[in-house]
Amino acid sequence: MDKSMGIRAGALSLVIFLFLLGIWQAATNTGAEKAGGALTEYEQLMGKSAKKSDGLPTPAQMGQTVVKHLSDPFYDKGPNDKGIGIQLAYSLARVAGGFFLAALVAIPFGFMIGMSPLLYRALDPFIQVLKPISPLAWMPLALYTIKDSATSSIFVIFICSIWPMLINTAYGVASVRKDWLNVARTLEVGILRKAFLVILPAAAPTIMTGMRISMGIAWLVIVAAEMLVGGTGIGYFVWNEWNNLSLTNVIFAILMIGVVGMALDMLFGMFQKFVTYVE
Amino acid sequence: MSASFLIADGLAKKYPGARGKPDLTVFDDVHFTIEKGEFVCIIGHSGCGKTTILNVLAGLDTASSGNVLMDEREISGPSLERGVVFQGHALMPWLTAKKNVEFAVCSRWPDKSGKEIDAHCQKYLDLVGLTGSEHKKPSELSGGMKQRVGIARAFAIEPKMLLLDEPFGALDALTRGNIQEELVKICAATHQTVFMITHDVDEAILLSDKIMLMSNGPRARIAEIVVNTLPKNRSRETLHKEPSFYAIRNHLVDFLVSRSKRFSEALPEGYDPKNPPLVTPGVEAPPPPSSPLEFAKVVNLRH
Ligand SMILES: Nc1ncnc2c1ncn2[C@@H]1O[C@H](COP(=O)(O)OP(=O)(O)O)[C@@H](O)[C@H]1O
Ligand SMILES: [Mg+2]
Repeated sequence: MDKSMGIRAGALSLVIFLFLLGIWQAATNTGAEKAGGALTEYEQLMGKSAKKSDGLPTPAQMGQTVVKHLSDPFYDKGPNDKGIGIQLAYSLARVAGGFFLAALVAIPFGFMIGMSPLLYRALDPFIQVLKPISPLAWMPLALYTIKDSATSSIFVIFICSIWPMLINTAYGVASVRKDWLNVARTLEVGILRKAFLVILPAAAPTIMTGMRISMGIAWLVIVAAEMLVGGTGIGYFVWNEWNNLSLTNVIFAILMIGVVGMALDMLFGMFQKFVTYVE
Repeated sequence: MSASFLIADGLAKKYPGARGKPDLTVFDDVHFTIEKGEFVCIIGHSGCGKTTILNVLAGLDTASSGNVLMDEREISGPSLERGVVFQGHALMPWLTAKKNVEFAVCSRWPDKSGKEIDAHCQKYLDLVGLTGSEHKKPSELSGGMKQRVGIARAFAIEPKMLLLDEPFGALDALTRGNIQEELVKICAATHQTVFMITHDVDEAILLSDKIMLMSNGPRARIAEIVVNTLPKNRSRETLHKEPSFYAIRNHLVDFLVSRSKRFSEALPEGYDPKNPPLVTPGVEAPPPPSSPLEFAKVVNLRH
């Protein structure tokens, strides 16, 4: 039953994919006039330069580009011409740096807030105000104080991934079942043993959910941050290819951002499965 | 005769009333004693404060007034001297059955070696009939098995007193009967002192030495104490053949059905909360007027 469902879903996905490819083919096949026509809005925006664009690629052209990039992902021919693998590695390194710094701060802090109703209420207004701020709004402050664009983008990742982790950790710790805490109390378990052997495993699924959300946001934000600061990374690659008017490369980058984002999410989904318990 | 093993003296629990309403007194003037090795059940309607009393004995909750002495020391917080079997088993779902017991044993004897701890846990898991299921997570165990793990965990720390809060409430009749008989055996073998909440009169008669009847709340009290005169080493098969079984059972049911409510409406003439009447349904001669000392004699005679 489940298996046949999987096969049918897979077949349907394939049909939808082929259908979309067909539309793409039909939309780009009719030649340069149509591609030019689709660009008129951009022409108005960008002036004459848009005319030099290679336009929207056909699926076949796109396929060639994908193969070309993926067959040599790690070349380095100077600051404006690096392989996609190198650009993604820069972005991933920044995300990892900012994310782990955030985890290092958010999880212990979330623990403290979750264990103390007083701290919970005292810090809640700060969290509520800071949380909705777009992480990119911090960029000027970061650039001014840190004076280094690469570190600034790590800081922006840090600031955007801290909130879901902090809030989920605090919530997870605060809502650990009273029964388990009472068991620990009747066994006269010390505070550290209680924190690591009862509260941490009990709250781990909620904490991990927060980490997964944070990672998702961090991956969204890194593209925008790199467009802003430039230099390296997948976000810079997108911006650079747009300046080169290579829409094919832009689309390829979009595809890669999606695939890497999905892989990151699946990785955290695995972590989540690992710490989840059935009650 | 020295003082009783456990003395609850004038326990009361009040909750402040919400906005201008008068305070809610859940129970009031609750006095009772438990002797070493005694199995005491408490029966009463839901909401009369049984769990609260048990939590006070466990040290997890505090009474608004009154105090509890165990072994002549006041109970001021949770302690490894009192093991608790919680109503909803309270096993940690991320640990296997054995690891759950191990968590308790490591807390009790932090200096024991891994091998000793393992053997100790195994002994108690065997005792409750869980041999072979040690490495299963609670989600892979049936309700009855989970409750057994909870019992093994409480017994494994070898507490001076065991507190059980409706431990078998959620189990089907067959499973419940099996675990009850095991509990009879374990308690007889270990001379464990037990305080247990139940809403099942047959369970109370099967297990207990005396049964405290609690009137309905608010302002619930210990209305009377039924001394279980049936001979020890009871089993479910023979229990109902005992001459005074139905006398005791009818007395308990009658209390739950009608007298518990009447009692809370008007205290009977001559009722002394410090010495609730001792009754022995089905036995000709009523016991002498109760006082802790006299009561101890009654208990001693039966042992
Ligand atoms: N925080 C609270 N505020 C007000 N009343 C409470 C509170 N906690 C418990 N109670 C009351 O205390 C009574 C006793 O509860 P409990 O000890 O659980 O009863 P039992 O175990 O006999 O069913 C209940 O009637 C409940 O309404
Ligand atoms: Mg209860």
